[in-house]
Parts: sequence; structure tokens; C-alpha cells
Amino acid sequence: MNRTKGDEEEYWNSSKFKAFTFDDEDDELSQLKESKRAVNSLRDFVDDDDDDDLERVSWTGEPVGSISWSIKETAGNSGLAHEGREQLKSRNSFSSYAQLPKPTSTYSLSSFFRGRTRPGSFQSLSDALSDTPAKSYAPELGRPKGEYRDYSNDWSPSDTVRRLRKGKVCSLERFRSLQDKLQLLEEAVSMHDGNVITAVLIFLKRTLSKEILFRELEVRQIALRHLIHFLKEIGDQKLLLDLFRFLDRTEELALSHYREHLNIQDPDKRKEFLKTCIGLPFSAEDSAHIQDHYTLLERQIIIEANDRHLESAGQTEIFRKHPRKASILNMPLVTTLFYSCFYHYTEAEGTFSSPINLKKTFKIPDKQYVLTALAARAKLRAWNDVDALFTTKNWLGYTKKRAPIGFHRVVEILHKNNAPVQILQEYVNLVEDVDTKLNLATKFKCHDVVIDTYRDLKDRQQLLAYRSKVDKGSAEEEKIDALLSSSQIRWKN
Amino acid sequence: MAFPHRLDAPELPDFSMLKRLARDQLIYLLEQLPGKKDLFIEADLMSPLDRIANVSILKQHEVDKLYKVENKPVLSSNEQLCFLVRPRIKNMRYIASLVNADKVAGRTRKYKVIFSPQKFYACEMVLEEEGIYGDVSCDEWAFSLLPLDVDLLSMELPEFFRDYFLEGDQRWINTVAQALHLLSTLYGPFPNCYGIGRCAKMAYELWRKLEEEEDGETKGRRPEIGHIFLLDRDVDFVTALCSQVVYEGLVDDTFRIKCGSVDFGPEVTSSDKSLKVLLNAEDKVFHEIRNEHFSNVFGFLSQKARNLQAQYDRRRGMDIKQMKNFVSQELKGLKQEHRLLSLHIGACESIMKKKTKQDFQELIKTEHALLEGFNIRESTSYIEEHIDRQVSPIESLRLMCLLSITENGLIPKDYRSLKTQYLQSYGPEHLLTFSNLRRAGLLTEQGPGDTLTAVESKVSKLVTDKAAGKITDAFSSLAKRSNFRAISKKLNLIPRVDGEYDLKVPRDMAYVFSGAYVPLSCRIIEQVLERRSWQGLDEVVRLLNCGDFAFTDMTKEDKASSESLRLILVVFLGGCTFSEISALRFLGREKGYRFIFLTTAVTNSARLMEAMSEVKA
Repeated sequence: MNRTKGDEEEYWNSSKFKAFTFDDEDDELSQLKESKRAVNSLRDFVDDDDDDDLERVSWTGEPVGSISWSIKETAGNSGLAHEGREQLKSRNSFSSYAQLPKPTSTYSLSSFFRGRTRPGSFQSLSDALSDTPAKSYAPELGRPKGEYRDYSNDWSPSDTVRRLRKGKVCSLERFRSLQDKLQLLEEAVSMHDGNVITAVLIFLKRTLSKEILFRELEVRQIALRHLIHFLKEIGDQKLLLDLFRFLDRTEELALSHYREHLNIQDPDKRKEFLKTCIGLPFSAEDSAHIQDHYTLLERQIIIEANDRHLESAGQTEIFRKHPRKASILNMPLVTTLFYSCFYHYTEAEGTFSSPINLKKTFKIPDKQYVLTALAARAKLRAWNDVDALFTTKNWLGYTKKRAPIGFHRVVEILHKNNAPVQILQEYVNLVEDVDTKLNLATKFKCHDVVIDTYRDLKDRQQLLAYRSKVDKGSAEEEKIDALLSSSQIRWKN
Repeated sequence: MAFPHRLDAPELPDFSMLKRLARDQLIYLLEQLPGKKDLFIEADLMSPLDRIANVSILKQHEVDKLYKVENKPVLSSNEQLCFLVRPRIKNMRYIASLVNADKVAGRTRKYKVIFSPQKFYACEMVLEEEGIYGDVSCDEWAFSLLPLDVDLLSMELPEFFRDYFLEGDQRWINTVAQALHLLSTLYGPFPNCYGIGRCAKMAYELWRKLEEEEDGETKGRRPEIGHIFLLDRDVDFVTALCSQVVYEGLVDDTFRIKCGSVDFGPEVTSSDKSLKVLLNAEDKVFHEIRNEHFSNVFGFLSQKARNLQAQYDRRRGMDIKQMKNFVSQELKGLKQEHRLLSLHIGACESIMKKKTKQDFQELIKTEHALLEGFNIRESTSYIEEHIDRQVSPIESLRLMCLLSITENGLIPKDYRSLKTQYLQSYGPEHLLTFSNLRRAGLLTEQGPGDTLTAVESKVSKLVTDKAAGKITDAFSSLAKRSNFRAISKKLNLIPRVDGEYDLKVPRDMAYVFSGAYVPLSCRIIEQVLERRSWQGLDEVVRLLNCGDFAFTDMTKEDKASSESLRLILVVFLGGCTFSEISALRFLGREKGYRFIFLTTAVTNSARLMEAMSEVKA
């Protein structure tokens, strides 16, 4: 609690409720005695309520309602001390004991707790456990009486928060002035228990206009975060967006709205929804992404309808040979590009499904485009297309091979797609770095490349060593032998 | 093999008691709904439940049929339905739809919801709104500490990470405080407490409050565990983001250890079926290799296999009596060992195959470069290529985060281009993932942080104390700089290696990352334990943005035995990794400590990234 002592007194005096003077430093013993008396005086009552004959046994193995049990119950739970006192005041307010479960089975866990070597520790443990059923029955049995009780006495904010933390039913209705409400909230925040903070926020949300609620939370960031998370969880999108608007958190507002598209399954509806996102106050960068998302889905819907038709008609070779495994809807751009390189490679730029059109529309970098097209064409074993992908003509009309991703990558991708050695060889040869080239050639058994490279390096020793790696009597062996016996080469070793 | 415990290592407390407690409490709760009932269990609770009870126990307490909570219509014809769930809104909606459908059909049944580990007011609110409050009875099963191993307690709350570190929701802090309270009632007070992180401090304060309220419970008890150390996950994201290379971590990264057990597929079991295997200290083979660097494991396993062969071979030349003895006494053990050995060899092979395929060597090289802070450009293009080739989305995200945290954020140009390519490769909806990562401070852009810090300090000057605190808080998520490089230097996280780092004979905790990096979290713990305080670590604490959240609390307890003073409970809020566990086990062996781990969940880089991912709506 953040109030000073003086503040607090003033608060209580000004309150129309009778002040409940609870002092934390109160003599524990007298409290204990008092509550014990209170509990004992209620025994008849409690027993009356209980019409089965089974002995009620708590976790400690002691009969429920027995003195030692109730003491432990009280000691284990300081909140109960007040109840005891309240119970003296009013016979109606014994709800906390009426809430006790009625174990209908004689099954008891006492055996477990008996005969412990360290009794000290188990007492508190069992208390902690036996507390559970007591509070959990509260919703069922304790409500009408509980409400009465809550009106008839006043828990201070800190007591209220403590009760909430213990999972007890506790009406917040008496916190009616804004000051009371905020004090309750601050108390909850200072306790650190998020569950209690949320409980108080649920109450505030119900009893304050949203403008006031938002205004107060703006300067209470911890509570604010809890409200935002709560609204997300229960899916109160409207209030969440209002809140972001109020806080002027435009980007979160936009993202939060955009997130909703994930819940829309129907592609056309999803597309329409994305359209509504385009004008939202995203960062400049994200705006472009949202626009792209919309355009992409729009394309995919067209392509999907078209291709489904083609596939079912069964007239198109590519679809017959390679039936589609899944729909292209909602796939990432790169996957869409792969798909289009696979099924629509040769299409003119004008069609939506052509790879070039995708590349232009979404400004796909060269590197990414080549990588994807290569993977797709290699998968189809369309080696001519692969060849064309890397062939450029210069202004004199000479052709030259160029790869924006590096030829070592090209070789790896081709190998992964089981390209034949002749094809691999061609690309291994284009690798510039000699060591990388030798490595790849050795790894993928491109013998000619290895042999030629060693010849060029005039490395007789390596060539000799490599001879043992090729098949006996093969063309490669012959080639090596021919080189080794050649007098034209000036070997360096 | 490698590291037996020191002879003077203290005994661990017996945590199996926690299992019995949880089981008995569950039975008690089931008895609250007398008679036959069908039990609906939330998927996430099944494995933890498996570890403490079995079906026959449930049957004994009149559970008729078991169902998984999933969004399907219920076919149960039972008159009593019991739901065992985590306190989640969607579970409440599911239960509400079920109860309301019954109402429409004019059917009356009894319903009971058991929340584990506790119920939330938001859940009750939903029950009220759906008009079924009062129709269902609610209970709490305070099962929040599952002993996964002799030294590892898990709260099995993976959502803690997202709830707190992304959403700023403190709902689990009370659960943590309650768990600590339970431990101190069972195992005595903790004479020395240390902590770092905002959440750690809050959990500690709430725990203290609980102890005060239930005063006297632990008084006079001899402490069994001398130290407790609480640590927030966001103090050290780096360690959690690294690829793991000690065996247990690697198994977790590759196959996913779930609640202390792993499903080994046919590729491991070399048969046609999968096998669920418990991984803990009871598995003798696993116990010896779990903390080892992967490169040692092969050698160890083959040595073990040879020994086993030799033992089998002994039966040659035995007479009948000896043979009888051998069969009745040794054979079973040998067979068991044989089974375990072949499983772990299978797992190793499978790991090797997978790692070779994904070019693990290259990946590790990049990670080490990031940790050490050289070749940043090269690493960046490595990540870029990862993305372009559509290698796993989680892996790409992880590397980007590692780059961001080690470099205090990405250069704006890189941030934009990596993000664009990521969205193109893995889907535009990841826009939301990026926003989450930025909020959690895992993936940020350089620049804005600095300006915000300036704004913040200006504002702080204008507004006095408390209000300023609130405003600082608002900026904190964005303004936090990771300062990894400076911290690494201060704490010597990158060991200087002359020659090869011998992974067979580790000399420091860096062995868990091939000698390249000492886990930050573990180093902090080591340093504080050495000093018994934060003294002299002010600069590190400041760099960690934890100026107000590093604390020490010692009680002058003479009662603590010297043995208990060498037992240390480390509490990871937001999850810990097996690498960290291995590193601290190593530290314990070096210094004669024993560490006990309490974590909200065992985590790894993939789980952290998935928690931030927004795609699976």
C-alpha cells in the first residue's frame, strides 16, 4: 500500500463504511484464540449442515472441525482470522466453513502424513493442501452467503488483494469511488500477482467507462500490459483496438487488426480482409509487406482456380506427370515462385502465373530468383532450362556463363536433384576457386575435371594419387596414364 | 566415465516426495466427485500426469473413460464429467460449449473442472459469461513441481516464457512463489538467496510475503539446501539461442525431450516402431554420456560395447553352476545395458546423419563467429542464404536473433533486407513474429534504442520518481540494449585457447559449446557464489540492465550444515537448457557443489522461437 498511515486514517474516517481496524502487528495469539472460539461456536452449525454419518477427515487425518484442525486451518491462513471474528458478529457469515467439502469416501491421506520423521514441515504442508478444497468449493456453496458477507464488512484494499491471491471469493463491489478502485489496483500491482491484477482489471473494466479506464492505465504500465493481454486472450478485439487508438499506439493497432486474418479460412474473404489492412498506419516498410501479402493472395487465388481446372481436365502434360501435392493458397512467395517455375515456366510475362511476372511484381532479387528457378527446373531435369538460366550474351554476341549465387551452389543444387555427371561436370568447371573446384569434383566424382585440373596445375603427385581412385581399366585411368607419360608437360613435382 | 562426483559431494534431497504429494492430492480431488466419471485431460498435462500416476490409479478412483481435451464433440454418456486442464480461456469456452449443449438437450450432468496448477479469475469470468458458473464446480490441483530427475524439477509451464517476457503478464509469479514456499516447507529455509532479473525479484518478494503470512512454518527447521539463485531468462538469451552440442542438449534439439522422455523413431530403434524412452539418471548409459560433448560420445559408446561383449563372452568356459549364476544374476542387467547401448548408438547415428545433411559444421562456425564478434558480414550473408534456401524457418529466426543480441541490434539496412527475405521465404504473416521479437528484445534494429534512451532520460528529469519509473518501464522493452560484447569481455566468456581445446578433459564450462563460449547465465551464478554477493559485479549488472533487480539476502543461520551449504537451487524463470544444466553440473564437480535445477520448463532455441511465432493461430 502506498498510503502513509495518516492518509489511511483519513481514508477510513471519510469512508461511509465502518472502519475495520485491522492491525498487522496485532497480537497473533489473541487473534488465534478468538478465531478458535469462533470456529468452535460454529461447530453445531456446521455439523447440522452435514447429514452424512461419515467422519470428516482432513488431509492431516484429523476430523474436520476438530479443534486442532481448525487451529491449523487458522494458523495456516491468516485471512481466516478475520472470518472468525466476523463470524462472531453475524451467524450468517460462516460461509467459509460451510464451503468445506464433504468427503463422501472415508479415503484419507492421513496415512501418508503420519509417522513422518520431520513432523514440523508436514504440518504446514498439509495445511496448504487442505486449503485447496475449501476455496474451490466457494463458487458453488459460498456465493449467496458470501455476497451478504461482503456487503456487511469491509476488507481493506490490501486484505482484499490478499484474499484474491489466495483464490477466495471476494466481492469488489464496495470499491466504488475511483480513488478506491485505483488504490485496489495499485495494491494488486504491488503484490506482483498477475492473476490478481487481472481480477481487479476485470472489475474496473466493468465499472468504469473505457475513457476513464484507459486514462488511468496509461500511467500504470504494468496494469496496462495485463489488460492488453487479457483482451487478446478473451478476444475482445474491439476494446483492444479502442485502447490502442486511445494510447496512440498506431502500429500495434494496425498489427492487431492484421492478425485477425489468421482466423479467416476462406481465401476470398481473407483476401478482402487483407484489402482493409492496406490503409492502416503500419510503418512504411510494413505497409509494403501488407500490400504484397494482399497481391500475393490475389494471385494465388487466380492461379489456384486455373490450375485446379487444368489438372482435373487432364489435358496438360505437366499436371498429369506431376500431380500437385497441395494447393498453392497461402503459401509463401518463394514457394509460389517455385511452383510457377515448375508448372508455368514458359509462360509469357503477361500471365499472372508466369515466373517473370512474379519476379517483377514482387521485386524478387536476382539471386533468389535464380536459386528458386534452378531448384525447380533441376527437379524436372530440364537441363536446357538450367543452361539457359546462366547463359548471358554480351554486346558482341558472345555467350558467357554467369551465376549470381556462385557456381559451387549451383553444383550442390544440381547434385541434390541427381543431375548426371556430364551436367555436373560442366558446372564444376565453372567454379573459379581451384580448391573449391577440386573439392566438388572429387566429391561428385567428376573425374575429367579433377584430371584436367591437376594437369593444369602440373601436379604429377596428385594425379598419381588420383589414379588409384578411378576404376581399373576405365577411360579415366587411360587418360591419366597418357598424361603421366606425356613429355609435353613440365611437371612441378 | 569422465566425471564421477567428488567423494565429498553433498547428497541430494529426495524429491520423489513431490510426486507422491501431487498424486495424493489428485486422488483427493477425484474423490470430490464420487461415483463413476469420465476424465477429460488437456494434452499438455498428459505427460506430467503420466509421470506421477497411471491409469489404474485413476480407475481405482472411479474414472471410467479418459478423453483428451480437444475441439471435438463429446461422445461421453457418463453422468459425471471431470476436466483436468490448464487455466486457459479456450478450455473454458470448450467446457462451456459442452455444458450448454447438454442444457439445450435437456441433459443434466455433474461437471467438475480441476485447474492445474491454479485457476485464474479470467477463467471464472468466462464461465460466468457463458452462463455456466455454478453449473460446474472448480478445484485447483497445485501440481507445480515435477521432478524430472534427481536434480531437476520442472514446473512444466512453457507458456511462462511468452506470457511474461512477451506479454508482460505476471500471472505465473504467484505459482512460482507457491512452489518455492512448498520447497522451503519441505526442505527447510534457504539461508542464502540471490537473484537477478525483474521477474526474479518479484517472485522472491511474493514468496517472502507468503512465508511471513505463514510465519513459523519453517522456523527451527534445519536448512537442507544452503543457497537459492533466481535468474530471469532475459538476462541471458544468448546461451539459450545457441546450438547444443552436449549429448542431452543435442538429443533435445534433435528429437525433443518432452517431460523427461523422448520418442525415438524407427531410424533410431532400427526396427519398424518408435520407442518412448525415459532419459534420466536411472538410465546408466545415458547417465554417463548426457553431459559429454558429442565428440566424446562415440568413443565412449564403442568402449562400452566392447566391455559388454567381453562380459557376454565370459560365459564361454563356464560350468553349469557358474552359468546358472550368470543367467540369474547378470544376464538381465547385461541385456538391459545392451538395449540402452544400442538405443543411444542409434540416436547418435541418427543425429550424425541429420547434422551432416544440414551442414552443422558451417552452422557452428557461424555461431562461434557471432559469439566472438568477427566476420559479421560473412555471418549475415550466411543467414541470408539460409533464408533464401528456405531452410527451417525457426533456424533462420534463431540465427537472426543471435546476430541481433550479440551486435546490440541489426544495422537498419540488414534488418530490412533480412526481414523482407524472411517474409518472402516463409510467409508474410511472420510480420507479426517480427513485431513480437522486437517487443521481447530478441530481434531489434540498431538506432531507435539509443534515441529512446535519450528521450527517456529527458522525461525522467521532468517527472519525479514514481511516474518516471512508470515511463521508464514503458520504454524499457525497446530501450534495453543487450551489451553482450561488453559483458562477454567483462566476464571472460570467450576463453582464450592456446592450441586445441581438449573436449575430453574440459577445463571450464565452455566445453558445453565446444570450448568457444562460457554460458553467460552459468558464469553469473559462478561469480556470485564465489563472492557470496554481487559485490564487484556492479558494472556487469548495469550492462545487463538489471541495476534494480540484482539482490542478495542472507540470514545468519548457524544451523546450516556445511553439507547443505554446498547445495544450490538454481531457479530459471522462463526456462533453462540442458547445456546450462550440464555446465553447472560441471562447475559443481569442480567446486564440490551440487546444483539442483528448478525451471519453469526445459527449453531450447527452437522452443523460444516457436513461443514468439505467431503463425499457428
